[in-house]
Amino acid sequence: MQTEVIISGFGGQGTLFAGQMLSYAAMDAGKEVTWIPSYGPEMRGGTANCTVVVSDEEIGSPLARNPKAAIVMNLPSLDKYEPLLQPGGVLVVNTSMVNREPTRKDIKVVLLPANDIAEKLGGQRLANMVMLGALLGNLPTMVTLEDLEAAVKAHLPARHQKFLPANLTAIREGAAVKAQ
Amino acid sequence: MARQLLKGNEAVAEAAVRAGLQSYFGYPITPQTELLEYLSHRMPELGRGFVQAESELGAVNMVYGAACTGARTMSSSSSPGVSLMLEGLSYIAGTELPAVLVDVMRGGPGLGNISPSQQDYNQIVHGGGHGDFKMIALAPCSVQESIDLTVLAFDLAEKYRSIAVVLTDGSIGQMMEPAELPEMRPVKFMDTDWAVRGAEGRDRRFLSSIYLDPPQEEQANLRMARRWEEIEANEVRFKEYYLDDADFAVVGFGSAGRIALSAVRQARAEGIKVGLLRPITVNPFPAKVLKEVAKKVQGMLVVEMNAGQMLDDVIRITNNCVPIEFFARLGGVMPFPEEVLVEIHRLAKGPLTTEGDPRSRWLKRASAAR
Repeated sequence: MQTEVIISGFGGQGTLFAGQMLSYAAMDAGKEVTWIPSYGPEMRGGTANCTVVVSDEEIGSPLARNPKAAIVMNLPSLDKYEPLLQPGGVLVVNTSMVNREPTRKDIKVVLLPANDIAEKLGGQRLANMVMLGALLGNLPTMVTLEDLEAAVKAHLPARHQKFLPANLTAIREGAAVKAQ
Repeated sequence: MARQLLKGNEAVAEAAVRAGLQSYFGYPITPQTELLEYLSHRMPELGRGFVQAESELGAVNMVYGAACTGARTMSSSSSPGVSLMLEGLSYIAGTELPAVLVDVMRGGPGLGNISPSQQDYNQIVHGGGHGDFKMIALAPCSVQESIDLTVLAFDLAEKYRSIAVVLTDGSIGQMMEPAELPEMRPVKFMDTDWAVRGAEGRDRRFLSSIYLDPPQEEQANLRMARRWEEIEANEVRFKEYYLDDADFAVVGFGSAGRIALSAVRQARAEGIKVGLLRPITVNPFPAKVLKEVAKKVQGMLVVEMNAGQMLDDVIRITNNCVPIEFFARLGGVMPFPEEVLVEIHRLAKGPLTTEGDPRSRWLKRASAAR
């Protein structure tokens, strides 16, 4: 089985890092995984996204035209990826940074004010982990929340270990939000 | 050794270190720069040589000098930078020296862009500078294969006194995948009768690409040609997927190959008996297996991220014994598996022909679509 996830937002929202944590979780769970960033000439505040493909077998394409899931951290990302999701896919929306609701009815939509939740937990920078928790809380077939928590513990850089408890709480807070 | 999540460019750099790289010379260019950046701290940390040259021309000629000493040496660049290196590569080849070059291909021609492409197939497989020489060209499709083929490139370069190129692209260079690195090998100069690193206690040796006496130059050329025959006989590598019972075959290398794999799996799920042949050495090309596959399938699809540079080789090798179709995205655009699947559907539906030119049929379709 293969699952494709796109994580997208402004530069600085931690989309690439969230994708890497998801990739570590998949790797440590014994799965195949490919993480690929969008790269190119970008201006400050421009878009940053990555695609993560998790599979039980050798992965073909690292990119997906129609991903199974998308985490959208801002409005341009919602506009871009909502139409591209597979029917039945999971769309996780950061309502702190968008001013409209998704319109598609054939997908699972998870709405949460990730920046506001993160702020209460200790800072905006936790918003990406809140969103990632929300994805796995609603798409547990790819990797489990426990896999992710173990991966964050194991791979958070040493200089950031003091933020580990806050990151784990952020993941749990996000996971508690269920699809509408 | 446990699997680590590694970025393609950095994995190649560390693989080179573990293969015994003694000196690296390069110049930054996207999407290859992480490779140079990684070695800029890793090599001095290990007491080995690292120079960021003033240009690609400087870098390739420093590789030339280091290779003369029998050291394991390399450079890396991306398409336009490799173009600048061709003169130096010809000199290295003409002097019959082992060296490794990593080419992380991007969109072009000209300055182009920094997105993944396969535009350097001809430059590396059929070009590589003036003269009658060939370079070994290894085309990985994943981070693990990038590691394995980098190590192999050093071994083959040394074994055959040849240039070995790891022909990869921006996608594989920028992606992260779980991969295993090899054990660190001891660093040692090659045990040879040609290297020049001090002649104390022995006769003087001489290395050059100059043979002012034409019959001597002819001898050197013949030596290179015989060496290439040996490489062709011993070093062909490829991977087959679902070809055992295949009615149709897709051929693609590197990124195009792995994208085609996704399409082949989707087609298989629909009941279409299609397989994939992925050349790993694009030079020497897996001609024998390609001929065998061509004889047993009803049609073939060549997929590339260039305008059919490998297609020409496939047409030449299969010699009209099978209908061929072609699909490509150009200029730094990566194809999606769905696009390749459409082409597999076209292949399976027919009608198929050995008449006409697969490239011009593709170009007509591509022009209508875009």
